[in-house]
Amino acid sequence: MSIERASALRRRIMNVLPVTIVVTALVALWYVGALWMNAQLQGDFFANAGKTNYSFAEFAAAELNMDRPKLPAPHQILAELEHSTFEIDPSSKRSLVYHASITLEETILGFAIGSSLGILLATLVVHLAGLDKSLMPWIVASQTIPIIALAPMIVVILNQFDITGILPKAVIAAYLSFFPVTVGMVKGLRSPDPLQLDLMRTYSATRAQSFFKLRAPASAPFFFASMKVAVAAALVGAVVAEVTKSEDGGLGARLLAGSYYGQTVQIWAALFAAAACSAGLVGLIGLIDRATARRMGYAR
Amino acid sequence: MLSPVAKEARTLAGERVIDVADLSLTFTTADGPVQALSHIDLAVERGEFVSFIGPSGCGKTTLLRAIADLEAPTSGAIRVNGLSPGEARAKRAYGYVFQAPALYPWRTVERNIALPLEIMGFDKAERDARVAKGLDLVNLAGFGKKFPWQLSGGMQQRASIARALSFDPDLLLMDEPFGALDEIVRDKLNEQLLRLWDVTQKTVLFVTHSIPEAVFLSTRIVVMSPRPGRIRDVIDSGFPRERTLDIRETPEFLEVANRVRHGLREGHSYVD
Repeated sequence: MSIERASALRRRIMNVLPVTIVVTALVALWYVGALWMNAQLQGDFFANAGKTNYSFAEFAAAELNMDRPKLPAPHQILAELEHSTFEIDPSSKRSLVYHASITLEETILGFAIGSSLGILLATLVVHLAGLDKSLMPWIVASQTIPIIALAPMIVVILNQFDITGILPKAVIAAYLSFFPVTVGMVKGLRSPDPLQLDLMRTYSATRAQSFFKLRAPASAPFFFASMKVAVAAALVGAVVAEVTKSEDGGLGARLLAGSYYGQTVQIWAALFAAAACSAGLVGLIGLIDRATARRMGYAR
Repeated sequence: MLSPVAKEARTLAGERVIDVADLSLTFTTADGPVQALSHIDLAVERGEFVSFIGPSGCGKTTLLRAIADLEAPTSGAIRVNGLSPGEARAKRAYGYVFQAPALYPWRTVERNIALPLEIMGFDKAERDARVAKGLDLVNLAGFGKKFPWQLSGGMQQRASIARALSFDPDLLLMDEPFGALDEIVRDKLNEQLLRLWDVTQKTVLFVTHSIPEAVFLSTRIVVMSPRPGRIRDVIDSGFPRERTLDIRETPEFLEVANRVRHGLREGHSYVD
Protein backbone atom coordinates (compact mmCIF):
# COMPACT_ATOMS: atom_id res chain seq x y z
CA MET A 1 0.00 0.00 0.00
CA SER A 2 1.33 3.41 -0.93
CA ILE A 3 1.89 6.02 1.73
CA GLU A 4 -0.89 8.24 0.35
CA ARG A 5 -3.39 5.39 0.38
CA ALA A 6 -2.37 4.47 3.90
CA SER A 7 -2.75 8.02 5.13
CA ALA A 8 -6.10 8.41 3.36
CA LEU A 9 -7.31 5.27 5.08
CA ARG A 10 -5.97 6.55 8.37
CA ARG A 11 -7.82 9.82 7.90
CA ARG A 12 -11.05 7.96 7.15
CA ILE A 13 -10.66 5.86 10.27
CA MET A 14 -9.94 8.96 12.32
CA ASN A 15 -13.13 10.51 10.98
CA VAL A 16 -15.33 7.54 11.81
CA LEU A 17 -13.66 6.49 15.04
CA PRO A 18 -14.93 9.24 17.41
CA VAL A 19 -18.51 8.75 16.21
CA THR A 20 -18.30 4.99 16.63
CA ILE A 21 -16.83 5.29 20.10
CA VAL A 22 -19.53 7.71 21.28
CA VAL A 23 -22.38 5.62 19.83
CA THR A 24 -20.96 2.41 21.32
CA ALA A 25 -20.51 4.04 24.71
CA LEU A 26 -24.08 5.42 24.68
CA VAL A 27 -25.59 2.05 23.73
CA ALA A 28 -23.50 0.28 26.39
CA LEU A 29 -24.57 2.86 28.99
CA TRP A 30 -28.16 2.37 27.93
CA TYR A 31 -28.00 -1.40 28.43
CA VAL A 32 -26.47 -0.91 31.86
CA GLY A 33 -29.25 1.55 32.68
CA ALA A 34 -31.94 -0.84 31.42
CA LEU A 35 -30.52 -3.67 33.53
CA TRP A 36 -30.44 -1.44 36.59
CA MET A 37 -33.85 0.19 36.16
CA ASN A 38 -35.79 -2.97 35.33
CA ALA A 39 -34.15 -5.18 37.98
CA GLN A 40 -36.75 -4.59 40.68
CA LEU A 41 -39.70 -5.16 38.34
CA GLN A 42 -38.26 -8.33 36.86
CA GLY A 43 -37.30 -9.55 40.34
CA ASP A 44 -40.94 -9.13 41.40
CA PHE A 45 -42.13 -11.00 38.31
CA PHE A 46 -39.86 -13.94 39.06
CA ALA A 47 -40.86 -13.88 42.73
CA ASN A 48 -44.56 -13.83 41.81
CA ALA A 49 -44.05 -16.70 39.41
CA GLY A 50 -42.34 -18.59 42.22
CA LYS A 51 -39.14 -18.76 40.27
CA THR A 52 -36.19 -18.65 42.64
CA ASN A 53 -33.49 -20.63 40.97
CA TYR A 54 -32.14 -18.63 38.04
CA SER A 55 -28.77 -17.55 36.68
CA PHE A 56 -27.76 -13.92 36.10
CA ALA A 57 -27.79 -14.48 32.32
CA GLU A 58 -31.32 -15.79 32.50
CA PHE A 59 -32.40 -12.84 34.65
CA ALA A 60 -30.71 -10.29 32.37
CA ALA A 61 -32.24 -11.80 29.22
CA ALA A 62 -35.70 -11.61 30.77
CA GLU A 63 -35.05 -8.06 31.99
CA LEU A 64 -34.07 -6.82 28.54
CA ASN A 65 -37.14 -8.32 26.85
CA MET A 66 -39.98 -7.29 29.12
CA ASP A 67 -43.32 -6.21 27.70
CA ARG A 68 -43.51 -2.97 29.60
CA PRO A 69 -40.06 -2.24 30.99
CA LYS A 70 -39.33 0.98 32.82
CA LEU A 71 -36.52 1.53 30.34
CA PRO A 72 -36.68 -0.55 27.17
CA ALA A 73 -33.42 -1.87 25.75
CA PRO A 74 -32.20 -0.42 22.43
CA HIS A 75 -32.88 -3.63 20.51
CA GLN A 76 -36.52 -3.60 21.71
CA ILE A 77 -36.99 -0.06 20.44
CA LEU A 78 -35.37 -0.95 17.12
CA ALA A 79 -37.61 -3.98 16.77
CA GLU A 80 -40.71 -1.90 17.55
CA LEU A 81 -39.56 0.80 15.09
CA GLU A 82 -39.03 -1.77 12.38
CA HIS A 83 -42.32 -3.50 13.09
CA SER A 84 -44.51 -0.39 13.20
CA THR A 85 -42.76 1.25 10.26
CA PHE A 86 -42.37 -1.58 7.74
CA GLU A 87 -44.66 -4.39 8.78
CA ILE A 88 -47.88 -2.52 9.51
CA ASP A 89 -50.04 -1.09 6.73
CA PRO A 90 -49.25 2.67 6.54
CA SER A 91 -52.96 3.54 6.65
CA SER A 92 -53.37 1.75 10.00
CA LYS A 93 -53.40 3.79 13.18
CA ARG A 94 -50.78 1.43 14.56
CA SER A 95 -48.32 2.42 11.85
CA LEU A 96 -45.57 4.91 12.66
CA VAL A 97 -45.58 5.96 9.00
CA TYR A 98 -49.22 7.00 9.41
CA HIS A 99 -48.48 9.08 12.49
CA ALA A 100 -45.19 10.47 11.23
CA SER A 101 -46.80 11.69 8.00
CA ILE A 102 -49.41 13.60 10.03
CA THR A 103 -46.71 15.14 12.20
CA LEU A 104 -44.56 16.02 9.19
CA GLU A 105 -47.48 17.67 7.46
CA GLU A 106 -48.18 19.87 10.50
CA THR A 107 -44.48 20.55 10.97
CA ILE A 108 -43.90 21.67 7.40
CA LEU A 109 -47.01 23.86 7.31
CA GLY A 110 -46.14 25.35 10.72
CA PHE A 111 -42.54 25.86 9.66
CA ALA A 112 -43.66 27.62 6.47
CA ILE A 113 -45.96 29.95 8.43
CA GLY A 114 -43.42 30.48 11.22
CA SER A 115 -40.40 31.18 9.05
CA SER A 116 -42.37 33.52 6.74
CA LEU A 117 -43.60 35.39 9.81
CA GLY A 118 -40.06 35.42 11.22
CA ILE A 119 -38.58 36.86 8.01
CA LEU A 120 -41.36 39.45 7.82
CA LEU A 121 -40.86 40.54 11.44
CA ALA A 122 -37.07 40.69 11.03
CA THR A 123 -37.42 42.81 7.89
CA LEU A 124 -39.74 45.20 9.73
CA VAL A 125 -37.49 45.39 12.79
CA VAL A 126 -34.42 46.14 10.67
CA HIS A 127 -36.15 48.83 8.61
CA LEU A 128 -38.39 50.60 11.11
CA ALA A 129 -36.30 52.20 13.84
CA GLY A 130 -38.99 52.15 16.55
CA LEU A 131 -39.83 48.48 16.19
CA ASP A 132 -36.54 47.22 17.59
CA LYS A 133 -37.43 48.58 21.01
CA SER A 134 -41.21 48.22 20.83
CA LEU A 135 -41.63 44.84 19.15
CA MET A 136 -38.56 42.77 20.08
CA PRO A 137 -39.37 42.52 23.82
CA TRP A 138 -42.79 41.05 22.97
CA ILE A 139 -41.23 38.59 20.57
CA VAL A 140 -38.84 37.46 23.29
CA ALA A 141 -41.64 37.40 25.89
CA SER A 142 -43.74 35.19 23.63
CA GLN A 143 -41.18 32.42 24.07
CA THR A 144 -41.14 32.57 27.86
CA ILE A 145 -44.63 31.02 28.05
CA PRO A 146 -44.45 27.22 28.16
CA ILE A 147 -45.92 25.97 24.90
CA ILE A 148 -47.65 23.10 26.73
CA ALA A 149 -49.71 25.72 28.63
CA LEU A 150 -50.45 27.76 25.55
CA ALA A 151 -51.25 24.98 23.09
CA PRO A 152 -54.75 24.07 24.43
CA MET A 153 -55.71 27.76 24.43
CA ILE A 154 -54.63 28.21 20.83
CA VAL A 155 -56.75 25.20 19.89
CA VAL A 156 -59.77 26.59 21.78
CA ILE A 157 -59.41 30.10 20.40
CA LEU A 158 -58.99 28.95 16.80
CA ASN A 159 -61.94 26.62 17.23
CA GLN A 160 -64.05 29.72 17.93
CA PHE A 161 -63.24 30.84 14.41
CA ASP A 162 -64.04 27.41 12.99
CA ILE A 163 -60.39 26.72 12.36
CA THR A 164 -59.91 23.05 13.08
CA GLY A 165 -57.97 20.07 11.81
CA ILE A 166 -54.34 20.46 10.88
CA LEU A 167 -54.19 24.26 10.99
CA PRO A 168 -54.35 24.85 14.78
CA LYS A 169 -51.47 22.42 15.22
CA ALA A 170 -49.50 24.12 12.46
CA VAL A 171 -50.10 27.42 14.27
CA ILE A 172 -48.64 25.95 17.46
CA ALA A 173 -45.66 24.70 15.46
CA ALA A 174 -45.33 28.16 13.90
CA TYR A 175 -45.42 29.75 17.35
CA LEU A 176 -42.22 27.95 18.25
CA SER A 177 -40.50 28.31 14.90
CA PHE A 178 -40.94 31.99 14.10
CA PHE A 179 -38.74 33.03 17.01
CA PRO A 180 -35.34 31.66 15.97
CA VAL A 181 -35.99 32.96 12.43
CA THR A 182 -36.81 36.46 13.68
CA VAL A 183 -33.74 36.64 15.91
CA GLY A 184 -31.42 35.06 13.33
CA MET A 185 -32.67 37.18 10.44
CA VAL A 186 -32.48 40.45 12.39
CA LYS A 187 -28.83 39.61 13.00
CA GLY A 188 -28.35 38.47 9.40
CA LEU A 189 -30.01 41.49 7.79
CA ARG A 190 -27.80 43.70 9.96
CA SER A 191 -24.63 41.79 9.12
CA PRO A 192 -23.40 43.96 6.20
CA ASP A 193 -20.47 46.10 7.35
CA PRO A 194 -20.65 49.93 7.27
CA LEU A 195 -18.58 50.19 4.09
CA GLN A 196 -20.88 47.78 2.23
CA LEU A 197 -23.84 49.91 3.32
CA ASP A 198 -22.07 53.19 2.47
CA LEU A 199 -21.42 51.80 -0.99
CA MET A 200 -25.16 51.40 -1.58
CA ARG A 201 -25.62 54.98 -0.41
CA THR A 202 -23.06 56.29 -2.88
CA TYR A 203 -25.14 54.69 -5.65
CA SER A 204 -28.30 56.32 -4.24
CA ALA A 205 -29.77 52.83 -4.08
CA THR A 206 -33.36 52.53 -2.87
CA ARG A 207 -34.16 50.66 0.33
CA ALA A 208 -35.55 47.80 -1.73
CA GLN A 209 -32.33 47.60 -3.78
CA SER A 210 -30.20 47.66 -0.64
CA PHE A 211 -32.38 44.92 0.79
CA PHE A 212 -32.32 42.56 -2.16
CA LYS A 213 -28.76 43.21 -3.33
CA LEU A 214 -27.04 43.55 0.03
CA ARG A 215 -28.97 42.71 3.20
CA ALA A 216 -30.74 39.60 1.94
CA PRO A 217 -27.71 37.88 0.37
CA ALA A 218 -25.52 38.87 3.34
CA SER A 219 -28.02 37.17 5.65
CA ALA A 220 -27.83 33.79 3.85
CA PRO A 221 -25.63 31.98 6.43
CA PHE A 222 -27.85 33.29 9.26
CA PHE A 223 -30.93 32.32 7.28
CA PHE A 224 -29.94 28.68 6.99
CA ALA A 225 -28.78 28.45 10.61
CA SER A 226 -32.11 29.81 11.84
CA MET A 227 -34.06 27.60 9.42
CA LYS A 228 -32.43 24.53 10.95
CA VAL A 229 -33.38 25.59 14.48
CA ALA A 230 -36.86 26.62 13.32
CA VAL A 231 -37.72 23.33 11.61
CA ALA A 232 -36.68 21.34 14.69
CA ALA A 233 -38.72 23.69 16.89
CA ALA A 234 -41.71 23.34 14.55
CA LEU A 235 -41.60 19.58 14.98
CA VAL A 236 -41.54 19.94 18.76
CA GLY A 237 -44.53 22.29 18.47
CA ALA A 238 -46.41 19.83 16.28
CA VAL A 239 -45.81 16.95 18.73
CA VAL A 240 -46.94 19.09 21.69
CA ALA A 241 -50.03 20.10 19.74
CA GLU A 242 -50.82 16.44 19.05
CA VAL A 243 -50.50 15.59 22.73
CA THR A 244 -53.01 18.38 23.41
CA LYS A 245 -55.42 17.27 20.75
CA SER A 246 -54.69 13.63 20.22
CA GLU A 247 -57.80 12.40 18.38
CA ASP A 248 -56.33 13.23 14.95
CA GLY A 249 -53.23 11.09 15.40
CA GLY A 250 -49.61 12.03 14.89
CA LEU A 251 -46.46 11.05 16.77
CA GLY A 252 -47.58 13.10 19.77
CA ALA A 253 -50.85 11.18 19.90
CA ARG A 254 -48.89 7.96 19.66
CA LEU A 255 -46.74 9.09 22.62
CA LEU A 256 -49.84 9.88 24.64
CA ALA A 257 -51.51 6.56 23.80
CA GLY A 258 -48.32 4.75 24.77
CA SER A 259 -48.23 6.46 28.14
CA TYR A 260 -51.91 5.71 28.83
CA TYR A 261 -51.28 2.01 28.47
CA GLY A 262 -47.77 1.93 29.88
CA GLN A 263 -46.40 0.89 26.49
CA THR A 264 -42.90 2.19 27.10
CA VAL A 265 -41.45 0.50 24.03
CA GLN A 266 -44.06 2.22 21.89
CA ILE A 267 -43.32 5.61 23.51
CA TRP A 268 -39.62 5.30 22.86
CA ALA A 269 -40.19 4.16 19.29
CA ALA A 270 -42.40 7.22 18.67
CA LEU A 271 -39.73 9.44 20.25
CA PHE A 272 -37.08 8.02 17.96
CA ALA A 273 -39.35 8.42 14.96
CA ALA A 274 -39.84 12.10 15.86
CA ALA A 275 -36.09 12.56 16.26
CA ALA A 276 -35.49 10.89 12.90
CA CYS A 277 -38.03 13.18 11.19
CA SER A 278 -36.40 16.21 12.78
CA ALA A 279 -32.92 15.09 11.79
CA GLY A 280 -34.14 14.43 8.25
CA LEU A 281 -35.60 17.93 7.91
CA VAL A 282 -32.52 19.59 9.40
CA GLY A 283 -30.34 17.52 7.08
CA LEU A 284 -32.41 18.58 4.08
CA ILE A 285 -31.93 22.25 4.96
CA GLY A 286 -28.23 21.53 5.45
CA LEU A 287 -28.05 20.20 1.88
CA ILE A 288 -29.75 23.30 0.48
CA ASP A 289 -27.39 25.41 2.60
CA ARG A 290 -24.36 23.67 1.15
CA ALA A 291 -25.59 24.01 -2.43
CA THR A 292 -26.32 27.71 -1.89
CA ALA A 293 -22.95 28.24 -0.24
CA ARG A 294 -21.23 26.81 -3.29
CA ARG A 295 -23.19 29.06 -5.60
CA MET A 296 -22.62 32.16 -3.46
CA GLY A 297 -18.94 31.45 -2.98
CA TYR A 298 -18.94 31.30 0.82
CA ALA A 299 -18.13 27.59 0.85
CA ARG A 300 -14.39 27.23 0.47
CA MET B 1 -14.68 84.65 2.44
CA LEU B 2 -12.75 82.75 -0.17
CA SER B 3 -9.63 80.75 0.55
CA PRO B 4 -6.38 81.53 -1.24
CA VAL B 5 -7.06 78.43 -3.31
CA ALA B 6 -10.51 79.57 -4.27
CA LYS B 7 -9.22 83.02 -5.21
CA GLU B 8 -6.56 81.41 -7.34
CA ALA B 9 -9.16 79.61 -9.41
CA ARG B 10 -8.46 80.78 -12.91
CA THR B 11 -10.88 78.73 -14.89
CA LEU B 12 -14.51 79.31 -15.71
CA ALA B 13 -17.07 78.60 -13.04
CA GLY B 14 -18.56 75.88 -15.25
CA GLU B 15 -15.43 73.82 -14.87
CA ARG B 16 -15.45 74.03 -11.11
CA VAL B 17 -16.20 70.50 -9.89
CA ILE B 18 -15.86 70.95 -6.14
CA ASP B 19 -16.43 74.10 -4.18
CA VAL B 20 -16.10 73.97 -0.42
CA ALA B 21 -16.66 77.18 1.55
CA ASP B 22 -16.09 77.63 5.28
CA LEU B 23 -16.98 74.02 6.01
CA SER B 24 -17.05 72.84 9.61
CA LEU B 25 -18.16 69.46 10.87
CA THR B 26 -18.53 68.42 14.48
CA PHE B 27 -19.25 64.85 15.56
CA THR B 28 -21.23 64.26 18.72
CA THR B 29 -19.64 61.35 20.55
CA ALA B 30 -20.14 59.81 23.98
CA ASP B 31 -17.13 61.84 25.17
CA GLY B 32 -18.62 65.11 23.92
CA PRO B 33 -18.33 66.94 20.63
CA VAL B 34 -15.30 66.34 18.41
CA GLN B 35 -14.54 68.94 15.78
CA ALA B 36 -13.45 66.94 12.75
CA LEU B 37 -13.28 69.83 10.28
CA SER B 38 -12.82 73.54 10.92
CA HIS B 39 -13.37 76.27 8.33
CA ILE B 40 -12.30 74.38 5.23
CA ASP B 41 -12.16 76.25 1.90
CA LEU B 42 -11.31 74.37 -1.24
CA ALA B 43 -11.99 74.48 -4.96
CA VAL B 44 -11.21 71.73 -7.44
CA GLU B 45 -11.41 72.04 -11.20
CA ARG B 46 -12.25 69.47 -13.80
CA GLY B 47 -9.42 67.05 -14.55
CA GLU B 48 -7.41 67.78 -11.42
CA PHE B 49 -5.86 65.12 -9.22
CA VAL B 50 -5.99 66.46 -5.68
CA SER B 51 -4.48 64.57 -2.76
CA PHE B 52 -5.33 65.11 0.88
CA ILE B 53 -2.53 64.24 3.25
CA GLY B 54 -2.26 64.50 7.01
CA PRO B 55 -2.01 62.48 10.19
CA SER B 56 -4.88 60.41 11.54
CA GLY B 57 -7.69 62.55 12.85
CA CYS B 58 -7.02 65.49 10.54
CA GLY B 59 -10.42 65.06 8.94
CA LYS B 60 -9.28 64.13 5.43
CA THR B 61 -11.59 61.13 5.25
CA THR B 62 -14.42 63.15 6.80
CA LEU B 63 -13.96 65.85 4.17
CA LEU B 64 -14.20 63.27 1.40
CA ARG B 65 -17.26 61.70 3.02
CA ALA B 66 -18.91 65.11 3.38
CA ILE B 67 -18.35 65.79 -0.33
CA ALA B 68 -19.90 62.36 -1.03
CA ASP B 69 -22.92 63.17 1.19
CA LEU B 70 -21.97 60.36 3.56
CA GLU B 71 -21.57 62.91 6.40
CA ALA B 72 -23.58 66.06 7.00
CA PRO B 73 -21.62 69.30 7.60
CA THR B 74 -22.38 71.32 10.73
CA SER B 75 -21.89 74.62 8.91
CA GLY B 76 -20.57 75.94 5.62
CA ALA B 77 -21.36 74.90 2.09
CA ILE B 78 -20.28 72.25 -0.39
CA ARG B 79 -21.10 72.33 -4.09
CA VAL B 80 -20.43 69.39 -6.36
CA ASN B 81 -20.89 70.29 -10.03
CA GLY B 82 -22.83 73.28 -8.75
CA LEU B 83 -25.23 71.04 -6.82
CA SER B 84 -25.53 70.16 -3.16
CA PRO B 85 -23.78 66.88 -2.23
CA GLY B 86 -27.17 65.19 -1.81
CA GLU B 87 -28.32 66.21 -5.28
CA ALA B 88 -24.97 65.25 -6.76
CA ARG B 89 -25.19 61.84 -5.10
CA ALA B 90 -28.71 61.36 -6.44
CA LYS B 91 -27.35 62.18 -9.91
CA ARG B 92 -24.59 59.62 -9.40
CA ALA B 93 -21.92 62.25 -9.89
CA TYR B 94 -19.08 60.33 -8.29
CA GLY B 95 -17.57 56.90 -7.80
CA TYR B 96 -16.25 56.18 -4.33
CA VAL B 97 -13.34 53.86 -3.53
CA PHE B 98 -13.08 52.95 0.15
CA GLN B 99 -10.10 52.01 2.30
CA ALA B 100 -11.16 48.37 2.04
CA PRO B 101 -12.32 46.92 -1.29
CA ALA B 102 -15.81 46.31 0.21
CA LEU B 103 -16.58 43.80 -2.53
CA TYR B 104 -19.68 41.71 -1.88
CA PRO B 105 -18.26 38.24 -1.16
CA TRP B 106 -21.22 36.37 -2.66
CA ARG B 107 -20.75 38.09 -6.02
CA THR B 108 -18.06 37.21 -8.53
CA VAL B 109 -15.70 39.98 -9.57
CA GLU B 110 -17.70 40.76 -12.69
CA ARG B 111 -20.98 40.82 -10.80
CA ASN B 112 -19.38 43.13 -8.23
CA ILE B 113 -18.37 45.52 -11.00
CA ALA B 114 -21.88 45.24 -12.43
CA LEU B 115 -23.50 46.08 -9.06
CA PRO B 116 -23.82 49.85 -9.55
CA LEU B 117 -24.95 49.24 -13.14
CA GLU B 118 -27.74 46.95 -11.92
CA ILE B 119 -28.84 49.54 -9.38
CA MET B 120 -28.77 52.32 -11.94
CA GLY B 121 -30.82 50.28 -14.39
CA PHE B 122 -28.38 49.57 -17.22
CA ASP B 123 -29.56 46.71 -19.43
CA LYS B 124 -27.75 43.38 -19.54
CA ALA B 125 -25.87 43.94 -22.80
CA GLU B 126 -24.65 47.35 -21.67
CA ARG B 127 -23.63 45.93 -18.29
CA ASP B 128 -21.63 43.13 -19.89
CA ALA B 129 -19.86 45.56 -22.21
CA ARG B 130 -18.98 47.92 -19.38
CA VAL B 131 -17.81 45.11 -17.09
CA ALA B 132 -15.49 43.80 -19.82
CA LYS B 133 -14.13 47.31 -20.37
CA GLY B 134 -13.69 47.82 -16.62
CA LEU B 135 -11.83 44.54 -16.18
CA ASP B 136 -9.49 45.55 -19.00
CA LEU B 137 -8.97 49.00 -17.54
CA VAL B 138 -7.66 47.63 -14.24
CA ASN B 139 -5.83 44.63 -15.80
CA LEU B 140 -8.20 42.03 -14.39
CA ALA B 141 -9.34 40.50 -17.68
CA GLY B 142 -9.80 36.77 -17.11
CA PHE B 143 -10.61 37.17 -13.42
CA GLY B 144 -14.26 38.14 -13.85
CA LYS B 145 -15.60 34.75 -12.81
CA LYS B 146 -13.52 34.56 -9.62
CA PHE B 147 -14.92 35.29 -6.20
CA PRO B 148 -13.25 38.13 -4.25
CA TRP B 149 -11.53 35.79 -1.79
CA GLN B 150 -9.74 34.11 -4.67
CA LEU B 151 -7.97 37.41 -5.46
CA SER B 152 -5.03 39.13 -3.76
CA GLY B 153 -5.62 42.36 -1.83
CA GLY B 154 -4.26 44.48 -4.67
CA MET B 155 -6.47 42.75 -7.22
CA GLN B 156 -9.50 43.21 -4.98
CA GLN B 157 -8.81 46.92 -4.69
CA ARG B 158 -8.41 47.14 -8.50
CA ALA B 159 -11.78 45.43 -8.85
CA SER B 160 -13.29 48.03 -6.53
CA ILE B 161 -11.79 50.80 -8.69
CA ALA B 162 -13.33 49.21 -11.78
CA ARG B 163 -16.63 49.09 -9.90
CA ALA B 164 -16.40 52.80 -9.06
CA LEU B 165 -15.65 53.64 -12.70
CA SER B 166 -18.20 51.28 -14.25
CA PHE B 167 -20.96 53.87 -14.52
CA ASP B 168 -18.49 56.44 -15.80
CA PRO B 169 -18.75 59.19 -13.17
CA ASP B 170 -16.66 62.29 -13.87
CA LEU B 171 -15.49 62.42 -10.30
CA LEU B 172 -13.57 59.73 -8.45
CA LEU B 173 -13.33 59.94 -4.65
CA MET B 174 -10.65 57.65 -3.23
CA ASP B 175 -10.14 57.15 0.48
CA GLU B 176 -6.70 55.64 1.12
CA PRO B 177 -7.41 52.96 -1.45
CA PHE B 178 -3.91 51.50 -1.29
CA GLY B 179 -3.33 51.98 2.45
CA ALA B 180 -3.50 48.28 3.25
CA LEU B 181 -1.19 47.17 0.44
CA ASP B 182 2.54 46.63 0.48
CA GLU B 183 4.97 49.14 -1.04
CA ILE B 184 5.64 47.20 -4.25
CA VAL B 185 1.99 46.62 -5.09
CA ARG B 186 1.22 50.20 -4.13
CA ASP B 187 3.86 51.57 -6.54
CA LYS B 188 2.43 49.50 -9.34
CA LEU B 189 -1.14 50.56 -8.62
CA ASN B 190 -0.05 54.20 -8.39
CA GLU B 191 1.35 53.99 -11.91
CA GLN B 192 -1.81 52.29 -13.14
CA LEU B 193 -4.02 54.85 -11.45
CA LEU B 194 -2.09 57.70 -13.02
CA ARG B 195 -2.47 56.11 -16.47
CA LEU B 196 -6.16 55.59 -15.79
CA TRP B 197 -6.57 59.21 -14.75
CA ASP B 198 -4.78 60.32 -17.90
CA VAL B 199 -6.88 58.09 -20.17
CA THR B 200 -10.26 58.78 -18.60
CA GLN B 201 -9.74 62.52 -17.89
CA LYS B 202 -11.52 62.17 -14.55
CA THR B 203 -11.27 64.48 -11.60
CA VAL B 204 -9.78 62.60 -8.66
CA LEU B 205 -9.84 63.42 -4.95
CA PHE B 206 -7.41 61.11 -3.19
CA VAL B 207 -6.85 60.68 0.54
CA THR B 208 -3.49 59.24 1.60
CA HIS B 209 -1.00 58.86 4.43
CA SER B 210 1.97 58.57 2.13
CA ILE B 211 4.03 61.58 1.06
CA PRO B 212 5.60 59.95 -2.03
CA GLU B 213 2.19 58.69 -3.14
CA ALA B 214 0.64 62.14 -2.76
CA VAL B 215 3.47 63.93 -4.59
CA PHE B 216 3.70 61.35 -7.34
CA LEU B 217 -0.01 61.25 -8.15
CA SER B 218 -1.25 64.76 -7.66
CA THR B 219 -1.57 67.99 -9.52
CA ARG B 220 -2.26 69.56 -6.15
CA ILE B 221 -1.58 68.43 -2.60
CA VAL B 222 -3.69 69.59 0.31
CA VAL B 223 -1.81 69.24 3.60
CA MET B 224 -4.07 68.97 6.64
CA SER B 225 -3.50 69.04 10.40
CA PRO B 226 -5.58 67.62 13.22
CA ARG B 227 -7.58 68.85 16.22
CA PRO B 228 -9.48 70.52 14.73
CA GLY B 229 -9.01 69.27 11.17
CA ARG B 230 -8.01 72.10 8.86
CA ILE B 231 -5.95 72.89 5.78
CA ARG B 232 -2.34 73.90 6.49
CA ASP B 233 -0.94 74.20 3.01
CA VAL B 234 -1.89 73.68 -0.61
CA ILE B 235 0.96 72.74 -2.93
CA ASP B 236 0.89 72.71 -6.74
CA SER B 237 3.19 69.98 -7.93
CA GLY B 238 3.12 70.72 -11.66
CA PHE B 239 4.59 67.50 -13.01
CA PRO B 240 3.59 66.49 -16.53
CA ARG B 241 0.46 64.35 -16.90
CA GLU B 242 2.49 61.47 -18.19
CA ARG B 243 5.10 60.52 -15.63
CA THR B 244 6.79 57.41 -14.36
CA LEU B 245 7.97 56.36 -10.94
CA ASP B 246 11.44 57.61 -11.95
CA ILE B 247 10.44 61.21 -11.28
CA ARG B 248 10.57 60.37 -7.60
CA GLU B 249 14.36 60.72 -7.76
CA THR B 250 14.35 64.18 -9.35
CA PRO B 251 15.20 67.25 -7.25
CA GLU B 252 11.82 68.83 -8.11
CA PHE B 253 10.03 65.83 -6.65
CA LEU B 254 12.12 65.90 -3.49
CA GLU B 255 11.51 69.62 -3.13
CA VAL B 256 7.74 69.19 -3.24
CA ALA B 257 7.96 66.20 -0.91
CA ASN B 258 9.99 68.32 1.52
CA ARG B 259 7.43 71.04 1.49
CA VAL B 260 4.70 68.52 2.23
CA ARG B 261 6.77 67.03 5.04
CA HIS B 262 7.40 70.48 6.43
CA GLY B 263 3.69 71.27 6.39
CA LEU B 264 2.89 68.05 8.17
CA ARG B 265 5.51 68.70 10.84
CA GLU B 266 4.27 72.23 11.42
CA GLY B 267 0.76 70.92 11.88
CA HIS B 268 1.99 68.54 14.51
CA SER B 269 4.39 70.80 16.44
CA TYR B 270 1.93 72.56 18.70
CA VAL B 271 -0.39 69.62 19.13
CA ASP B 272 1.94 67.31 21.04
